Amino acid sequence: MSTATYSAHDDTVPHGAAHAEHDHKPSFFVRWFFSTNHKDIGLLYIMFAIMAGLIGGALSGLIRLELAEPGIQIFTAGSWLSKIGIIEASKQGYNVVVTAHALIMIFFMVMPAMIGGFGNFFVPIMIGAPDMAFPRMNNISFWLLVASFCVLCTSLFVDGGPGRGFGGGWTMYPPLSTIGHTGPAFDLVILSLHLAGASSILGAINFITTIFNMRAPGMTLHRMPLFVWSVLVTVFLLLLSLPVLAAAIAMRLTDRNFGTSFFNPAGGGDPVMYQHLFWFFGHPEVYILILPGFGMISHVVATFSRKPVFGYLAMAYAMVAIGVVGFVVWAHHMFTVGLNVNLQAYFSAATMIIAVPTGIKIFSWIATMWGGSIDFKTPMLFAIGFIFLFTVGGVTGVVLSNAGVDYSFQDTYYVVAHFHYVLSLGAVFAIFAGFYYWYEKMWGVKYNEFLGATHFWLMFVGVNIVFFPMHFLGAQGMPRRYVDYPTAFAFWNRVSTDGYMITVAGIAVFVVMLAESAIRRRKAVANPWGDGATTLEWTLSSPPPYHQFNDLPVIEAEGH
Amino acid sequence: MADHAVHHDYHLVKPSPWPLVGSIFGAMTAIGLVMLLKGILGVPKGTPWVLCMGLAGLLFTMGAWWADVVKEANEGDHTPVVSLGLRYGMILFIASEIMFFVAWFWMFFEMALFHHVRTFSPIDEVRTAWAAWPPKGVETIDPWHFPLINTLTLLLSGTTITWAHHALQHGDRKNARNGLILTVILGAMFSCIQAYEYREIIIEKLFFNETSTSGGLYGSSFFMATGFHGFHVMIGTIFLLVCLIRLLNGAFTPRQHFGFEAAAWYWHFVDVVWLFLFAFIYVVFQGHAAT
Repeated sequence: MSTATYSAHDDTVPHGAAHAEHDHKPSFFVRWFFSTNHKDIGLLYIMFAIMAGLIGGALSGLIRLELAEPGIQIFTAGSWLSKIGIIEASKQGYNVVVTAHALIMIFFMVMPAMIGGFGNFFVPIMIGAPDMAFPRMNNISFWLLVASFCVLCTSLFVDGGPGRGFGGGWTMYPPLSTIGHTGPAFDLVILSLHLAGASSILGAINFITTIFNMRAPGMTLHRMPLFVWSVLVTVFLLLLSLPVLAAAIAMRLTDRNFGTSFFNPAGGGDPVMYQHLFWFFGHPEVYILILPGFGMISHVVATFSRKPVFGYLAMAYAMVAIGVVGFVVWAHHMFTVGLNVNLQAYFSAATMIIAVPTGIKIFSWIATMWGGSIDFKTPMLFAIGFIFLFTVGGVTGVVLSNAGVDYSFQDTYYVVAHFHYVLSLGAVFAIFAGFYYWYEKMWGVKYNEFLGATHFWLMFVGVNIVFFPMHFLGAQGMPRRYVDYPTAFAFWNRVSTDGYMITVAGIAVFVVMLAESAIRRRKAVANPWGDGATTLEWTLSSPPPYHQFNDLPVIEAEGH
Repeated sequence: MADHAVHHDYHLVKPSPWPLVGSIFGAMTAIGLVMLLKGILGVPKGTPWVLCMGLAGLLFTMGAWWADVVKEANEGDHTPVVSLGLRYGMILFIASEIMFFVAWFWMFFEMALFHHVRTFSPIDEVRTAWAAWPPKGVETIDPWHFPLINTLTLLLSGTTITWAHHALQHGDRKNARNGLILTVILGAMFSCIQAYEYREIIIEKLFFNETSTSGGLYGSSFFMATGFHGFHVMIGTIFLLVCLIRLLNGAFTPRQHFGFEAAAWYWHFVDVVWLFLFAFIYVVFQGHAAT
């Protein structure tokens, strides 16, 4: 990965294994509830993300079942959904499901998995540090997220105004989120996001301090593995964008409850101003969701091609460039609000510029594979799937970045297809690539390669059948966030719902894979991937000792 | 730590209950606030005790947590590299706070610079009120009275905290104490003056003139920006007060006094934000209505 080699003092592989039996682990409750250990907190995050992902995935199932055919089937009185009673069986209930699906997948699945889970577990190890800079603060980042999730779930069961829960979409635009939802549900959503934001800001401070202050001797910034680079850029985006979201939603809290008129036109306020503030956070947020995936994919592609990643420095600075430019493109989400034409031209151009560093990354991954000795293990399958699907989503992103084209596509299923290709098929595939890549390292057991590959193929086929038809639906003009649609859109919606069933089968295989590995308990080895795996985590036992690097590793430049 | 040979200076913190406890109280505060404002889960609107318990729990958690940090510092866990990490942490925290103020200023500038855009509003009162600056019905504050005194108060407190810091570095604990006491007094004075100013605004109905409904946005932006700053002044004052109590109890050495430094950085940050508030909200956009 980096252009550096590892040399321990005397024992190279597995470093720390000799100490393994001396590890004094605290008792169960103290270990998992009062933890100050980055690996335990990372595992908690991953388990939380899997649970949230299953809930969020079930919600998307309700959406797809409803949209399987025209008319209102399940979000109506007397349907099986109304008998279960958790979600209100009404049009409001549908909007609540769409909103909850988005919020759960973004804030409680992708972010905890990538930054909280893999970031916590591997960033300290990869830079040769024994733990995070602020281990106790690390734990409140996790528990605040659980608190936030509980508050969000509470909102599903209280009055929202037009019905139970908040159904204004994850962007929460006023006036739908002010005079449109007067009930307490949305106040709970706001405060839930405040808790999640506090969690992420504290996590960001922790990661930046760890990466800047705790690198092992010789681990210069330009020798840092790309995953660490990706997390570094990501947490800077979090640190600088989340307070703006917190401020925006705080202003709405006061608009709703304390008589201010920030977004209320009758008092001189401007609902569009909320959109500016929201997307100043929201656009960096989408890079927050994908950048750690970029880092993981670099590791996986390099490992299974048995080659160092092509253009290491360009890869690192491409991510920095994406992060910086990502802060000045926000209004491309708002082309149709009546934006000045010069601003539309600027935001179109700036958005297209992001395709350049992103292209650098795509081509460098391909160049890394070029001429390599490629081993198609499950992580590599997910990585190649990622590269293909993310490219498709990226290309439709360039289409949407044109303000003129966006006038037609705004709020259609074309946009839904676009962001699910980069997130649901991009970020999630990257998470699965990382999950399989580090499975032995994190859990200390081997996964079953056949089940892993089956999971990949079912999911790859399934998600494409779900989301590719949405391009057609969007081009035909089907709007997002509607519970019903004209018969003209019936065919591709039916196909999309069938694709969801295949995806569910894929997730079922994933769960079987987890159970199989937990039952069989095949003993993990320190480095299952051979010469291609060069970063520090592979020099440790699997799972790593409770506290690694009691002797700090010394990193030397290659060829010394 | 140190159950077997550890050859590094990092601080491996012992397991702690405070993150879990703090998060539980955090959720309680959130739900309690909504119970107070709207009433949920069978609890009637206006019920304050859940919110109060949540806030009390958060304060308790913060106290217990930082007491642990102080204890660890006294036990020598804060080696030079750990101390550097704490500095990074404080700077980054302040960076995130700056972004909060960016949002309030963005809101204010959008209103002040583009007030004429509101003349396109379909609402008659808004259209006529916002044709001029300050909008009709709003009487802005004269910057050269209380706001100027507050500016001087904060600038003076910036010098007294530096006085205390230099004295501490030279082991002169008496002057450190005096400088810190003065800073805390000046901080409290700022809050009192601002409270008085707010009282005057509300009693005189400067922003909420009943002849116009559209004073709303000006008052909202003004109170949000200056109020959020005022809240930070209070936090900073408490932070300095804690440092003063620790100093009187014999804490801090000329070489190691990061708790004090963090409070001083925070205080300077609050000071600089005020200068921006003073320059733009009070001076540049005071309009012609000033008396």
